[in-house]
Amino acid sequence: MIEFPPGLLLILGALPVPFLRGPLRGIWMLALPVAAFALLYSLPDGNHFPISAFGQELELLRVDALSRVFGYVFIIAIFLGVIYSLHVRAVEEHVSGLIYAGAAIGAVFVGDLVSLFVYWELTAIASVFLILARRTPEALAASMRYLIIQVGSGVLLLAGLIVRWHETGSIEFGHIGIDGAGGVLILLAFGIKAAFPLLHNWLQDAYPQATPTGTVLLSAFTTKLAIYALARGYAGTEELIWIGVTMTAFPIFFAVIENDLRKVLAYSLNNQLGFMVVGVGIGTELALNGAAAHAFTHIIYKSLLFMSMGAVLHRTGTVLATELGGLYKSMPFTTVFCIIGGASISAFPLFSGFVSKSMILSAAAHEEYYFTWLVLLFASAGVFHHSGIKIPFFAFFAHDSGKRPKEAPLNMLIAMGLASILCIGIGVWPSALYAILPFDVDFRPYTDSHVLAQVQLLFFSALAFTVLIRTGLYPPELRCTNLDTDWLYRRLGRRLLVRITSAAGAVQARFYGALNRRGQRFLLQLYRHHGPQGVLARTWPTGSMVLWVALLLFAYLFLYFLDIF
Amino acid sequence: MLAQHLPALQVVIPLLAAPLCALFRRGFIGWLIAVAATWLAFAAAIGLLFRVLNEGVISYAMGGWAPPIGIEYRVDLINVFVLVVVSGVGSVIIPFARTGTAARFNDTDQAWFYAMYLLALTGLLGVTITGDAFNIFVFLEISSLASYVMIAMGRDRRALTAAYQYLIMGTVGATFIVIGIGLLWAMTGTLNLADLAQRIPEINDTRPVLAALAFLTVGISLKLALFPLHLWLPNAYAYAPAVTSAFLAGTATKVAIYLFLRFFYTVFGGGGFFESTPLPEMFLVLSVVAMFAASTVAVFQDDVKRMFAYSSVAQIGLITLGISYVSETGLTGAMTHLFNHAIIKAGIFMLLGGVMFRMASVKLEDMAGIGRKMPFTMAGIVILGLALIGTPGTSGFISKWWIVLAALEKDQWWLVALILLASLITMLYVGRIVEVAYFREPSAKAADVREAPLAMLIPAYVLVIATIYFGLDTQWSVGLAQRAAADLLAGIY
Repeated sequence: MIEFPPGLLLILGALPVPFLRGPLRGIWMLALPVAAFALLYSLPDGNHFPISAFGQELELLRVDALSRVFGYVFIIAIFLGVIYSLHVRAVEEHVSGLIYAGAAIGAVFVGDLVSLFVYWELTAIASVFLILARRTPEALAASMRYLIIQVGSGVLLLAGLIVRWHETGSIEFGHIGIDGAGGVLILLAFGIKAAFPLLHNWLQDAYPQATPTGTVLLSAFTTKLAIYALARGYAGTEELIWIGVTMTAFPIFFAVIENDLRKVLAYSLNNQLGFMVVGVGIGTELALNGAAAHAFTHIIYKSLLFMSMGAVLHRTGTVLATELGGLYKSMPFTTVFCIIGGASISAFPLFSGFVSKSMILSAAAHEEYYFTWLVLLFASAGVFHHSGIKIPFFAFFAHDSGKRPKEAPLNMLIAMGLASILCIGIGVWPSALYAILPFDVDFRPYTDSHVLAQVQLLFFSALAFTVLIRTGLYPPELRCTNLDTDWLYRRLGRRLLVRITSAAGAVQARFYGALNRRGQRFLLQLYRHHGPQGVLARTWPTGSMVLWVALLLFAYLFLYFLDIF
Repeated sequence: MLAQHLPALQVVIPLLAAPLCALFRRGFIGWLIAVAATWLAFAAAIGLLFRVLNEGVISYAMGGWAPPIGIEYRVDLINVFVLVVVSGVGSVIIPFARTGTAARFNDTDQAWFYAMYLLALTGLLGVTITGDAFNIFVFLEISSLASYVMIAMGRDRRALTAAYQYLIMGTVGATFIVIGIGLLWAMTGTLNLADLAQRIPEINDTRPVLAALAFLTVGISLKLALFPLHLWLPNAYAYAPAVTSAFLAGTATKVAIYLFLRFFYTVFGGGGFFESTPLPEMFLVLSVVAMFAASTVAVFQDDVKRMFAYSSVAQIGLITLGISYVSETGLTGAMTHLFNHAIIKAGIFMLLGGVMFRMASVKLEDMAGIGRKMPFTMAGIVILGLALIGTPGTSGFISKWWIVLAALEKDQWWLVALILLASLITMLYVGRIVEVAYFREPSAKAADVREAPLAMLIPAYVLVIATIYFGLDTQWSVGLAQRAAADLLAGIY
């Protein structure tokens, strides 16, 4: 048996990719995740790959139940991603995708914070190329913002781990908790990657700017790596429940008013992460199982949704809701796959989202977090509206845009088909997923109450949606907005909501405008002093240099003599 | 027998080889002599290192005249560490020098260039190895004069003014140093560093000694280009030939840092100046300002060589920051970074030399799309750039780690934050190059360039590999630096 980190296998395997041509490249790239899967499958639990560096013992391959779940799903995600991107010619996208996935998988299996930090930064650096590869000015700008925030997260992690090492003398990556300053810093680092509220902006900023294939990979790894890290380090930290609850709720409002469908998906990604963070925060065995399971199913159905939108973008060149519609006529397969993805994220019974999300909901109810439970329920309804209905509806149905693009390329269809099979398969036979969860599962998703409650919720929402369309009461942008609030809220009317949304928008615009102006002024100042013609950068006359020397001499003389005067 | 005279050979080999180059007046022969001389000097430094590790401090009386009357060469862990760095970098650059030099100069000028190179190396090695204060001044002048010539040979006409400014500033610095040494001599009657160290504590609050300290502080700060006395450096590095830039960036400022350590820890250390004067605080402030101001300037530079010249000023700030802690961890970090930065920066300037050789420009706009045309050169620059940022797995991470640790020891959290923030700025300018080189359409100049010749790439890659190697195995860099730091601190107490 070979004891080698599967993450490193992918990273090293990515290096020869630029030198391979034609079908050989595709075969090689498909073989890598398969080999990594086989490798992981053959590894028993335990620490397998200790090395010493920097005077520390580093654990590069710690296999246990928690890391195994995430390892498996990450490998599945890169496998699907490779199939989906087989038609792409740009080799840097393939290489950075594989390295990115390898780094995420590597990070899942490390047993110490230093190695985690190394992989953490590698995911940031490798993934930025997936955005840059779009080669538009917006993508370039977004990628730089993304890089700064991601590396900033790594720097926080480094700072936190140094502090923690200072405090405890250990760099082990086990339960961390927020007792010490180090723990707080590390939580902040994880929080950035997990897109906590107020730390989340990079996600909606960068993901919609990446290439069609790049976004699929981006959606799978970075944030779920953070969920894994949270589950490992902060399970049962009660503050996380509140953070998670906020995360499930607030993106909904943004998602409904958003026109860019990939951005809608980015918001819904944020909302789904909230469920996982709540699960981690509750911290019971059921909740952690739920978080891990939800991460597992989420990666697959979110990839599927991004893949379907990627296919649309690939064929039509846009994913703006206002410019799409009626595509089902020429892209029937993609439509079906997108609906399957939408059904999964909305947690329809018999689809994968149902079997994992109900675990988190049950855990919340079981621990008597009723408020949390209610918000999660509300969020579930919201997800259904903006991901389950809005995405397929506006892209494939709605008013006919007259666009008749070709069906997605075969490799995209295969990738989406495989993901769909997984979505349905897990929904119908959840026991296979439950078998690999971190703790023993004593949970039945298909009880009468679970199914009934969920079906009621979904059915009722769908009904409302239909009614609204039939009556044509609401402008298209707002249809979904009204649906994802409850009855009372709807009676108060959409005017209030519109008012709030627009007021909030204005405040936000003013705030960011001010920030922007201030930032520009700061940059201008900086440029005035540090730019090529700035006082600090231009070539000085020799006389001025000597003047500085004299000044410094007097300063030193004065300071040294101070003591004896 | 030979091992006995290693300290003398260390300096004498390049010193004698220099006029030989000039006499032959043939570029190729001069190059061969330079290769032989630098590699022998490197071998001598390694030999000295092992002797010091086995036997402890070596005291060598030059010409058989016993110190303190005669000149003593005194080799301990501190300077043998620097000797290895300087001669090592010097011997890696020489094989690289051949292609570019042969393409640009006629035979005689080539020979002169190698002669100057060897003289500069002689001077730097001499400054490092000698235990005599006046001898330090002499060698400093030898290396400085040679390097003025080397800078002036740059292809850009601004190289002449750059060399001239460096000459003025270098001379001012050297004069200040000799004034300081003169004052010390007047007060103690000795020029031997070890003797000085013994006598200064008795007269440590007399004004001449304090004046000497001030003159030495400014003089050495000038030589090591500590902010705001760095003004000569950017132009000198930017407009000099690639060989000169790489050599100076890897060695000259590093030797100046050694001089600083030697004077302030070994010679003045016993006098309690670190407690009684605000020297550490001054250095701390100037270092932090250097790290930020120079890095920020670097971000906006359009000339990549000048960008990395400013980055040198910032990195020197990081080294002096480590020194200003007056702690073993801080000194370990500073000496490790001295070692690592010498390798990183010499490597970057060599690779940029390859770009210059192919494209006759290192302007950022001209380097657009060069990542595909010169893949190995750019990959090397990216790796070394990552090391500058302090990415784990590269040597730059190790030094930063130690300097951060030193800040933590003093509970200076804000400094940790500042160091990490400075790394982010470093990331900006390295990122700028990456973006331009890989994600833009090739510029008119870059449209038909080829990869740099192997003779330039291979030496540069020796340093690239060393950067990664010393990021993983720190036994030699940190291990030696740690012992040297302990020795330095022993001088204070």
